[in-house]
Amino acid sequence: MTDFQQQALQLASQQQNSPVWLRPLRGEGTGQWQRASWPGRRTELWKYTPLQALQRTEFQRWGRALPQGVGSASLLPLDAIRLVFVNGVFDAQASTEPHAQVVHFSAASEPQRALIEKHLGRIVNTERHLFASLSNAWVQDGVLLHVPRNVILDKPVYIVHVSIPEAEAVIVNQRLLVVLEENAKAELIEHFVSDAQAQNSFVNSLTEVSIGNNAELQHYRINLEQEQLIHIGGVHIDLQRDARYRGFTIAEGSQLKRLDYQINHRGAGAHAALNGVYLPRNNQLVDYHTNVEHWAPHCTTSEVFRGIISDSARAVFNGRILIHPHAQKTLAELSNRNLLTSDKAEVDTKPELEIYADDVKCAHGATVSQLDDTAMYYLQSRGVSKTQARTMLSFGFINELLQELPRAEVRDYLHHHLAILFGTATDLS
Amino acid sequence: MLEIHNLNARVEGADILRNLSLSIKPGEVHAIMGPNGAGKSTLGNVLSGRPGYEVTSGEVLFNGKNLLELEIEERAREGLFLAFQYPVEIPGVTNMEFLKASVDARRKHLGMPDLSSFDFMKLARETSKKVSLDPAFLKRGVNEGFSGGEKKRNEIMQMMLLEPNLCILDETDSGLDIDALQVVAAGVNAMRDGKRSFIVVTHYQRLLDYIVPDYVHVLAAGRIVKTGGKDLALELEAKGYAWLEDEGA
Repeated sequence: MTDFQQQALQLASQQQNSPVWLRPLRGEGTGQWQRASWPGRRTELWKYTPLQALQRTEFQRWGRALPQGVGSASLLPLDAIRLVFVNGVFDAQASTEPHAQVVHFSAASEPQRALIEKHLGRIVNTERHLFASLSNAWVQDGVLLHVPRNVILDKPVYIVHVSIPEAEAVIVNQRLLVVLEENAKAELIEHFVSDAQAQNSFVNSLTEVSIGNNAELQHYRINLEQEQLIHIGGVHIDLQRDARYRGFTIAEGSQLKRLDYQINHRGAGAHAALNGVYLPRNNQLVDYHTNVEHWAPHCTTSEVFRGIISDSARAVFNGRILIHPHAQKTLAELSNRNLLTSDKAEVDTKPELEIYADDVKCAHGATVSQLDDTAMYYLQSRGVSKTQARTMLSFGFINELLQELPRAEVRDYLHHHLAILFGTATDLS
Repeated sequence: MLEIHNLNARVEGADILRNLSLSIKPGEVHAIMGPNGAGKSTLGNVLSGRPGYEVTSGEVLFNGKNLLELEIEERAREGLFLAFQYPVEIPGVTNMEFLKASVDARRKHLGMPDLSSFDFMKLARETSKKVSLDPAFLKRGVNEGFSGGEKKRNEIMQMMLLEPNLCILDETDSGLDIDALQVVAAGVNAMRDGKRSFIVVTHYQRLLDYIVPDYVHVLAAGRIVKTGGKDLALELEAKGYAWLEDEGA
């Protein structure tokens, strides 16, 4: 074990607030975390993303209870079932009233507890996801979003994770379990945000999603945090027969930011659409690893990721689609486009397609490019300066994906945030 | 307004314009016709400063300034406008945003105050109606998913908003049905005020029934081989270009 593994484990063992019935999972996680070999440059899944930033820091504690209401600062204006956490601690004052379908593990009813025991730590494959083991070893509390059969949740669920610096570096674990039963429908917005000060925490976030037969989830995962924050996170999704998942994710960079999406088509006729945007600047890093596995026939996947890498920043995109032998009639598409706006910017992109079925249609592609010369000329020929034309085109490259977002509040919020980032903010509507 | 002296230009190593000279005074409309490959589009591209179009010799004065020394955007701000033969689609950048940026740049250059967003949106909506373009197009990506006719009308709308001194229409009529052609021509005619000048590059005499030129030039093999009045266009329509190429050779 590395020092970091030991340190994290020691911290995990100090936490004894978890419900007794979660102990088996903790034990399992602890064992896996202890046995795991630490990823290095020769570990394929971590090849381009060194973990030194994590190992350099002496993490003293887990995030602690802060004054209530702190989390109110950076919320989206959204009529939603809202849960706010500050450094991993629930901020009831900034949250809405408790809701029957969105509960803390510690407050789960008997049937909800059964759901948690059935799914928690079972959707994620810890063999491939080391930090999920740490999350399991720690697991104290978390949030269960449970939508029963035939129920359509009337409001979106908005879960906000606010980071603020503490006196000592802390580790923050975030755990969310989403269970949609047959024909259920829900919308979920996960928002990771920090205040503007230099951050010193490590956020280990894990979301597991089970979408039942013909159920549907619209999911946003927004990662806009100050660049000193370390974030390693994952979303792991199981889709049953005819289930539908529509996801959008966006990340600004940080000294270490790694985000994994694992999507499993378990039942026939399922559909997954995932779009993503990454925007590392300065010396930041963003690493998106997506892995979509088709285990059943007649499923479809559509995945579009776009990145703008500026300054000396680096991005990693690894998009894998794996079609297992029984997954006939699969339709899968993956596209990754990158825009480098500086000579020192770097992207390592690797679309991977592995097909073991013989009757499928799959396409994948990745491009790395500069701005389109003809579009530059067109804008300039209308009097727009070179600098402004560059900015407009960069923003447009990303905005294409933003425009498609169905939830107007999220779309407007991101549009505004990015317009400021790119310096194209206007009040035209 | 515009003085072109012995202009030579090449594209991808091939000489396209050869000793082309042309003089345009304020308020004049000049039509440029000619066979395919004569260099008609090259002229517009060279004047607007398109990358890849290399001027090897010659001089162009625009409002007394050396046009060829100016950046692309400076030429536009000075009042030169090229309506593209193939307008570019820019998804993700809204038409409104794009138009505001270009009008802001032009006004700033002229020492005029910025229009407020409110006033600009009002102006843009009014102008879009003049070219029979649904104002909803203003919120879409620049030319994104527009039909050929919509793209051309969008070019004319930009021209109206920018109020240039010299407008170059590069085959704006190509691919337009008669209704769209009339809309485009009406837009151009509404902008003829005795001061603004036009270069109308076209394949088809038809356009010149609607936009009546003061001069018609025939461009062949990179230079002007014949100049006449509007009747020359009718003659060309009847006789083709071959007799002129023989004459020019």
